[in-house]
Amino acid sequence: MSDAAISSRVRPGRLRRAGAVLSDVMRRPSGAIGLTLVLLHLAVALLSPWLAPYDYKIMLSDEILVPPSADHWLGTDALGRDVLSRVLLGGRQALLVCGIATPLAILWGGLLGIYLGLRGGWVDDVVMRLVDAVLSLPGILPLMIVVVMFSGGNVVLILTLAVLFGIPVIRVLRAATHGVVARDFVLAARARGHSRANIMWRELLPNVFDVLMVEGAMRLSWMLLSFSALSFLGYGVAPPTPDWGQDVSEARVYMSLAPWGVLGPMIALSSLIVGVNLTADALAKALGLDRAQKAVV
Amino acid sequence: MGLDPVIELTELSIGFTGRDGQDVPVLRDVSLAVRPGESLGIVGESGSGKSTVALAAMGFLKHGLRRLTGQVRFDGRDMFALSRQDREAIRGGQLGLIPQNSGQALTPTMRIGAQLCEALRLHCNLAQSQCLPRAEALLAQVRLPDPGAIMQRYPHQLSGGQQQRVAIAMALAGEPRALLLDEPTTGLDVTTQAHILALLRDLAVERNMAMVFVSHDLGVIAHSCQRVAVMYAGEVVLDGPAQEVLKRPAHPYPRALLSAIPRLCDARLPRALDGRPPAPGQGGAGCAFADRCAMVQTGCRQVHPDLTRAPGGQTVRCLRADEVVALTPHAADRPALRHGPSGDVALHLRDVAICYHRPGLAARLLGRDTPPPATVDGISLEVRAGQTLGLVGESGSGKSTILKAVAGLMPPLAGEISARGAVLPTQVRRRRPDTLRKIQMIFQNPDESLNPRQTIEQILAQPLRLYFGLEGVQLRERAAELLETVRLGAHMLDRLPGQLSGGEKQRVAVARAFAAEPDIVLCDEVTSALDVSVQAAVLDLLDDLKRSKHTTYVFVSHDLAVVRALADQVAVLYQGRLCEAGPVEQVYSGPSHPYTALLLNAVLEPVTGHAPHLEAEDVVELSPPASGCPFQRRCPRKLGRICDTESPPEQMGADGHSIRCHIPRAEL
Repeated sequence: MSDAAISSRVRPGRLRRAGAVLSDVMRRPSGAIGLTLVLLHLAVALLSPWLAPYDYKIMLSDEILVPPSADHWLGTDALGRDVLSRVLLGGRQALLVCGIATPLAILWGGLLGIYLGLRGGWVDDVVMRLVDAVLSLPGILPLMIVVVMFSGGNVVLILTLAVLFGIPVIRVLRAATHGVVARDFVLAARARGHSRANIMWRELLPNVFDVLMVEGAMRLSWMLLSFSALSFLGYGVAPPTPDWGQDVSEARVYMSLAPWGVLGPMIALSSLIVGVNLTADALAKALGLDRAQKAVV
Repeated sequence: MGLDPVIELTELSIGFTGRDGQDVPVLRDVSLAVRPGESLGIVGESGSGKSTVALAAMGFLKHGLRRLTGQVRFDGRDMFALSRQDREAIRGGQLGLIPQNSGQALTPTMRIGAQLCEALRLHCNLAQSQCLPRAEALLAQVRLPDPGAIMQRYPHQLSGGQQQRVAIAMALAGEPRALLLDEPTTGLDVTTQAHILALLRDLAVERNMAMVFVSHDLGVIAHSCQRVAVMYAGEVVLDGPAQEVLKRPAHPYPRALLSAIPRLCDARLPRALDGRPPAPGQGGAGCAFADRCAMVQTGCRQVHPDLTRAPGGQTVRCLRADEVVALTPHAADRPALRHGPSGDVALHLRDVAICYHRPGLAARLLGRDTPPPATVDGISLEVRAGQTLGLVGESGSGKSTILKAVAGLMPPLAGEISARGAVLPTQVRRRRPDTLRKIQMIFQNPDESLNPRQTIEQILAQPLRLYFGLEGVQLRERAAELLETVRLGAHMLDRLPGQLSGGEKQRVAVARAFAAEPDIVLCDEVTSALDVSVQAAVLDLLDDLKRSKHTTYVFVSHDLAVVRALADQVAVLYQGRLCEAGPVEQVYSGPSHPYTALLLNAVLEPVTGHAPHLEAEDVVELSPPASGCPFQRRCPRKLGRICDTESPPEQMGADGHSIRCHIPRAEL
């Protein structure tokens, strides 16, 4: 045997596969558009403090509800604040909160789903009935209750979103695991006497990882919508911090007078969500999961 | 024969466009012809292009494939020049196709009668009222018992053999002039296979149909075809009368294939054919088979052989055809037989019974549950260290279930299993690590038993880490060593299973089992998903490992010839009950249990002129009978009431050869 073959500790497989999937995503029209939108939003969110032409707090009392002009590209709102500046800054909170909460959600939901898919039996039955019960509530309701009870703060918001959005992930990953658990390599691992943790980590996770990734992208888009809905209802970001949901809510009153106040944040929010959805779609197709995914969600 | 061919392929080449824009041929210059009443067999390993030929004969190409040159004629009409409507009118009408898995070709939500009527309306323009009697007549023609009842059933209510018969009936609906059969009996039990082939043979004679059999199984071809075409790497390398091709092939490839097939009459291991065929576009200038050929000369690598005439009416693509024909029959060059030395009892099963049925909670509380007869019952077997116990029987005979019980994956209802004198806990979770290590299992299909997302190193690391705590460089070195033991290289450590061929994958599975340094290895149909040439190599490897490591095998297979080649002891199972057990020579030579005799009779060997003698009908049993002999309903030699009511006595012969039958041993 050649020593070179044995001593090489490189694991080229995973990185190369990730690169291949990424380039496949970029080659699809939906992936190219989606990923560009998402990256654009990320760049704006990072750079907006320097990009914004005005201070988002400054109220220009003589320029209230001014239509779009050379000075104010998207006009001003009812308090005389520059809409463009607020739109540029308005996605930061949403992206920060959802960007942290989504990985947390798919982590706990995914692991529990894989565990239940492997474990089966009464534990599986009981947990899944609980999942059904929670999912039967309209999602925004428990979210509002928790946020109102613990009154604000990003940490509470992140944890609440992570918990709530992890629940549908349990169901999806449990179903994906069921497709793998019945295969002979899992049976072989059980016959060898491996622990459940080993089987979950080494045999099951690599086979449902793709599903987890796609699920994460889809949960992110739902979470962004829910976050904006909370802000719209006044339970999200505290004024005067700019946020799309909240700004839409405030500008709604003057919609017939000054539609730009609503249109700016709305287009920003929907372009982000469309971007995330298109990316998720292309990712699912690149991973060959699009058909399975439709059946589950 | 003076008749015009029904199907004629002339210098057909099919290929795809490669990355560099060049045409890559998948089929090269294939010329074949089948006349009415004639049956042609196309054989070859997987990837040889045999299915592409069958599809091309219908004027169909798989996605991405293109016809490069040549023609396909059906009844003199160029299939690729016809309009789509005309082509579709021929398909399923005058030219029937019988697929490998007809269970999947039937619509699951339609009754059999309705499906047949649909085919009749489409191809014969029959009115609804005429359809039903005609459909029933067709079912009777394919010898299905009680056609009226079958018409009312859904496909899932039929057995595999019955589904295959329905598929044949459906193909007959259009009064075909030719039938294409793609592996028509693969996946069926031997007895069912024999019945289906007999039916097809009779139909061909009655209706003067031309038939094209595509199969990897030379036994099937030998029993159903007058002519054989052998395909290798997209070329026809040999074409000739079946008896000549099977007895004195003029090409070294079919010769090697024939020696790779285990035989019932020959207890020696078959000879493996190493290497694999060149991928499309990879072959050099010379003969495609040159790299695997035992008789290769320098000329073979330079000149691509043309089709030439050889003795016995064969047409062959080989420069040394005359020398190949003159060689002694293939059986002579097989390795000699060996028997494992017998040691202590390594594995002992005592009165094991297994039941899949678990009463529900309500049934248990109400005490209303009457359990059906156990799936597996009264199994007592022992294997000595270093020996191989073969378990044979048709599907549903409980062979794999017994293996699962030994592995601790299916706790038995009663009885006990002990290894080296120590009783094994019934469940895997209760077994100690050392006990677990000593019993390892190899599965049927390596695509299923190897994790597709783990590299070969990670696959082998699982047992090494679990049982020996190896890590890092040590682990990698040991994994590389294991690959060497199964004759694979260390360069495969970083590959994924998908990058390996079927035979290589199964070797990795063998390496994983031996990584645990086991005493007992349970083999569940380990070669049935492999090509014959690869099967021989895996059998050879298993035999080598057994002798060098003194391992005990329990070898489950439906293939009696494979068991004959590897096993020392054999147990024949029917419906989860033992019929016969004993040393391999005794079981195969007789006296035999009627069921063993039936099985042995139905095996198709690649020899022409020997027709299996069919006794019982191939009825399907769903559950074992409540009392008496398990084989009572199918037994051709049933005595009478005693078989239905009393369990047959165990009749012992020499060397522990036991037969459970009411018929006295001397008369069996």
